[in-house]
Amino acid sequence: MKYEAVIGLEVHVQLGTRSKLFCACPTRFGCPPNHNTCPVCLGWPGSLPVLNEKALRLAIKVGLALECRVAERLKFDRKNYFYPDLPKAYQISQYDMPVNGRGRLKIEFKDAAGSTQIREIGITRAHLEEDAGKLLHEGIRDGSLVDYNRAGVPLLEIVSEPDLRTPAEVYAYLVSLKSILQYLEVSECNMEKGELRCDANVSIRPEGQTSLGTKAEIKNMNSFKAVEKAVEYEIERQVNAVDGGERIVQETRLWDEAKGRTFSMRSKEEAHDYRYFPEPDLVPFTISRAQVEEIRKTLPELPEIRTLRMIRDYSLSDYDAFLLAQEKPLADYYEACVAAKANPKLAANWIFSELKALLNERRLAITESPVSSGDLAGLIRLIEDGTVSGKIAKEILPEMFETRKSAEAIVKDKGLVQVTDASLIEALADQVLAAHPKSVADFRAGKAQALGFLVGQMMKESKGKMNPKLANEILVKKLNVGC
Amino acid sequence: MDFDIHKVAELARLNLDPEEAQKIGKAIGSVLEYVRKLESLDTQNVPPTSHVLDLENVFRPDTDRDCGASEKALPFAPSREGDFFKVPKVVDKE
Amino acid sequence: MAQDLHRLTLRQAIDHAAREGADGILHDVANRIQCCNSSVNAYVRVKPAEYDSGKNIPGKSVFSGVPVAVKDNICIEGQETTCACAILKGHVPPYSATVIRKLEDAGATIFGQLNMDEFAFGSSCETSVYGPCRNPWNLECVPGGSSGGSAAAVAADMAIAAIGSDTGGSIRQPAALCGVVGLKPTYGLVSRYGLIAFGSSFDQIGPLTKTVEDSAIMLNAMAGHDPLDSTSSRRPVPDYTKALTRDVKGLRIGMPEEYFTDGMDPAVEKYVRDAAALLKKMGADIRTVSLPHTAYSVAVYYLVAVAEASSNLGRYDGVQYGLRASDKTLKDMYFETRNRGFGEEAKRRILLGTFVLSAGYYEAYYLKGQKVRTLVRRDFEKAFTEVDLLLAPTAPTAAFKLGEKASDPLAMYLSDIFTIPANLAGIPAISVPCGFTPAGLPVGLQLMGRPFEEAVLFRAAHAFEQETEYYKKKPGI
Repeated sequence: MKYEAVIGLEVHVQLGTRSKLFCACPTRFGCPPNHNTCPVCLGWPGSLPVLNEKALRLAIKVGLALECRVAERLKFDRKNYFYPDLPKAYQISQYDMPVNGRGRLKIEFKDAAGSTQIREIGITRAHLEEDAGKLLHEGIRDGSLVDYNRAGVPLLEIVSEPDLRTPAEVYAYLVSLKSILQYLEVSECNMEKGELRCDANVSIRPEGQTSLGTKAEIKNMNSFKAVEKAVEYEIERQVNAVDGGERIVQETRLWDEAKGRTFSMRSKEEAHDYRYFPEPDLVPFTISRAQVEEIRKTLPELPEIRTLRMIRDYSLSDYDAFLLAQEKPLADYYEACVAAKANPKLAANWIFSELKALLNERRLAITESPVSSGDLAGLIRLIEDGTVSGKIAKEILPEMFETRKSAEAIVKDKGLVQVTDASLIEALADQVLAAHPKSVADFRAGKAQALGFLVGQMMKESKGKMNPKLANEILVKKLNVGC
Repeated sequence: MDFDIHKVAELARLNLDPEEAQKIGKAIGSVLEYVRKLESLDTQNVPPTSHVLDLENVFRPDTDRDCGASEKALPFAPSREGDFFKVPKVVDKE
Repeated sequence: MAQDLHRLTLRQAIDHAAREGADGILHDVANRIQCCNSSVNAYVRVKPAEYDSGKNIPGKSVFSGVPVAVKDNICIEGQETTCACAILKGHVPPYSATVIRKLEDAGATIFGQLNMDEFAFGSSCETSVYGPCRNPWNLECVPGGSSGGSAAAVAADMAIAAIGSDTGGSIRQPAALCGVVGLKPTYGLVSRYGLIAFGSSFDQIGPLTKTVEDSAIMLNAMAGHDPLDSTSSRRPVPDYTKALTRDVKGLRIGMPEEYFTDGMDPAVEKYVRDAAALLKKMGADIRTVSLPHTAYSVAVYYLVAVAEASSNLGRYDGVQYGLRASDKTLKDMYFETRNRGFGEEAKRRILLGTFVLSAGYYEAYYLKGQKVRTLVRRDFEKAFTEVDLLLAPTAPTAAFKLGEKASDPLAMYLSDIFTIPANLAGIPAISVPCGFTPAGLPVGLQLMGRPFEEAVLFRAAHAFEQETEYYKKKPGI
């Protein structure tokens, strides 16, 4: 039987605030254990929460970017359960009146056949909640340690509809979501730092069936690739199980990155009863439509719009424009480059090929590039006006990378200016023709490839500085004259 | 009314001894019987009260400060290791 | 020292301290505690270091160092605070409640912590881990609860003034049973920050004092907006002592017929009706009103308040503070700690609250309770379009014997039947002494007002008090 996977994602993203969701403790990463805590986030008896205004604004901002229906009235609820990382034995979250209701996220990806696909994935809701603390187990024989620095850090939980069908779509969803969050400057979405976490609900059903199968919730992935791999594994596991006559049970499964498989938690998960009820310590909140519009005005140009604009303004291919726009810093770099009078097509090619290769080699982000957008534009201008050949340019860029010098400076220092003076080229052509009589004869006998060899020789002699087009022309002229 | 004291005690993290369970179960049974008087009221179109005040939109600005409260708290913790609170081994999330 | 300064009212004590400093008062109160606490058991902790601290310069602050005693569920930085429960033994809050800071800012000496029902669960002060508190008027009787220690200490002159907390009557009922003045302010008037929560949507801190004037002085120091409490009102706070005009002319006072039903102690009913007659004589306009959903109040309260309590008490799990009964496994830590740390009444309420919130029962119990709460509030809103104040008994009986209701939780819950409605609606209410039963036990008169109209409560209660002077009678302890 052919099966179809049905996948929904729950993404927790940390909102970029200075202080926690309900108290003034800093959200800084990497402080000594329990340093960023106070009576409120430690849940000490008698303490009370007060909502961080910026966290709500950021939540609304994300909601608007995801085209969610922003609530006119919202409240917070308590989600009750016991766990040592949860100081109050309840988490302040939002149950039935979340800040953001239904929305959508557009994803773009290459399908198995390599053609670009665009799909719209429904967003169920995106609500505010506080993070829990962190448990440490490693290296401690007789217990676990608790650090509450993260407790109370503001999170937005973005829940997708079960609209995703393949691991590739799951990956594309995460990339697209990350892109939007970066544009909004809400989060860097670094999964290793815990700024973004993702759980996946995976089920399968026979193709054509409309009702949903039993889902498993997959946790513990720490990169987008891991989410993709975990979902892929889980689909396969479920298909094998069903084909083998097993029933899928609703459960939480943990992804084991090293082993490349998911494991059942085998705990009494089904005994969970969170006993949600309205948080009496917080009052309700109303958001006027005027406030929503005011926040909407602060939205930057989002990747979808930017893609369209870049296709239009720079005549880029759809996919190139999409790839650039997806990564805000990259698109910013690109546009700065174009603004510095680089040819848009050339700039895209150079960024995607040569620059990316150098950056990847050194594990640098585009924002850390030793070659500024202005300097890259300088190099591209030199190519365009014929000062250097593409080949020489490929040698110049690594040097710019190393020395942080401009292309002009390197060209000048090393005398790399392309030879375009016809008399110089003619002199060299005579020299080469004289040195390779056999090739000359071959050409004249009709072996066209001999010309390529001769041009190559000219390039070699000139250390690549010869303009290949001019060299070609002059050689042909001389060879034909000699006939 | 299906009050299952054992199930609820599990949820509330209380391991009652049998005598206690019976006694408390009985007392709660009579309270639940008493509150049945609410059933006679038609509340279909009545909104619930979760707050008695008309207060709305109470915020704090996003400013941070170091509190240092944990230094006052850790000395009284039932168990600690360095600056961490310590608990018996947590196994089910590894 | 034969001055007996512990007998002073707060007003008198403040005047005395402004002239001569508070040391004499602190000394006499300490002596009084030493002599009486073994029989009354009102205090669970006294802070000896504060006796002669001399940090308050006479006349430089409102209180000039006059001592105020505090119920053991309000956090004082660096002082063990336990809610009279084993699970919080050894808990030392790293911060002070806003109300403590405000009282200290006003120059009060925070002096000793008072007995209470465990986690404020109770109406008799019998469930304390420190043993029951007793009624100074008759040591065989309960002082009421849960702020029994606060009421007993003030009644026995073991405190000049005290603060307590009121979730379903926990200030007013013990005030009535001990013959003192107890005020539950409007929800949101006094910050809850630092009050160890029981029922978060009901809890309010308020004063227990010897006189109505003292209550107004205390509220002046305690009330006001607190940015640390989201449910704290931003309304400006008036000077409540200005309301003490002794004039009730033209005040429309309603007697809700549902509060004068069978089952009330005849002596209680007589004194409350006499009080109404007196107020009428003094010029008030007394009418009968109806609060038709009164009979449902206790049921609503025991669904909603216990639900909130079950959640509020989840944090007592042995992880960060207080008791940890077992270190064997994580499960043992939770179950053993909670089972050994909580007393029977706490367990009852935690279990009931857990149940009414659990899947499948939320709507029938918790949500139903919150809906009926709306009906109870509407009753009050309607009544307050007709009258300015409501007059009722505080409790259906005077103080009962120790152990009398301890085995019947429902009977105990019903002793709060007249105080609970004000908590459901968040309105202010005050209890003032209005007579003594033939057995010599105090009876309390309750006045309820519109939200944030404490001044009107004070005005009527003060006029009544000054006319009757019941406050001058002291227990013979």
